[in-house]
Amino acid sequence: MNKQRLLHVFILVLFAGLVLVNGQSHASVANDLITEYQQSGAQQPNPENARELWTQKFRYKKGENTRSCASCHTDNLRSTGKHVRTNKAIEPLSPSLNSERLTDAKKIEKWFKRNCKWTFGRECSPQEKSDFLSYILSH
Amino acid sequence: MKRAYWFSMIMAIPLLTLGSLSFGDDDDDNFFKFWKRQPGIAPVTNVLYKEECGSCHFAYQPGWLPEQSWREMMSNLEDHFEDNAELSPANQKVILDYLVNNSADNADYRRSKKIMRSLGDASTPQRITEISYIKHEHDEIPAQLISKNDKVASLSHCDACHQDADKGSFSERQIKIPGHGKWDD
Repeated sequence: MNKQRLLHVFILVLFAGLVLVNGQSHASVANDLITEYQQSGAQQPNPENARELWTQKFRYKKGENTRSCASCHTDNLRSTGKHVRTNKAIEPLSPSLNSERLTDAKKIEKWFKRNCKWTFGRECSPQEKSDFLSYILSH
Repeated sequence: MKRAYWFSMIMAIPLLTLGSLSFGDDDDDNFFKFWKRQPGIAPVTNVLYKEECGSCHFAYQPGWLPEQSWREMMSNLEDHFEDNAELSPANQKVILDYLVNNSADNADYRRSKKIMRSLGDASTPQRITEISYIKHEHDEIPAQLISKNDKVASLSHCDACHQDADKGSFSERQIKIPGHGKWDD
């Protein structure tokens, strides 16, 4: 009887957990977005292009300073980064190290918008976003 | 007996869910609040603010700046201290409302009142670190310990030294400067 009761409590907790979390996996969210980008004109995603763009340095304003994705995220998607201005730690982008990565489409779009504008001075094209997603997924 | 057991199991589901919600309630309005030590400034209670703003920097309590400062800052998030911090219009409104309702001129907390007293009426600073009250509070600390200390780097990184900064508590006893230790005035 006692064992049975424990089992029921276990099932109950599991059920509650599933209802609360109900998260989608990173691959399905990212792939859905890649499909969306293709509908707005992007070709097959190319992680190699994203890898090159990742460390490419962009001048901003007229100063000597440059910005790149790696300024904050480092050149290794598996390392912890650091916000260049605030020093705040940035968790690795790699979904295999950080299970929360690429699980929320709205969040992905928000950061694409902010970070593309900051780094390149413009928003990213559907192709570039597609490339970045496939690059991150490959880590 | 068995039926009662199953009944209680099923009833437990909504109770568990509700229970976890009510733990998050702010207990500042609790009848016994005068027993507890009040933090110097109202802690951040808005989840969206914590998430949207706190993901890049320390989530500064709204009570550090007057209403007009927050309005100005929130109207120019595209160039937010040389960073892009754009929000969706819906989130922008929720966060602005939260900041305004809890701004230094609308907060009943000790440090917010000190901020307001140190600012002139028309002053709407954008940087908390440029408010004379904040400058004065830190003026005895040598640069070696803040700006020239790699682990702190700037006065704007409150939580580098103030151990309970996120709880709105900035008392001297909770200061621990990295590489130095406690700070005694």
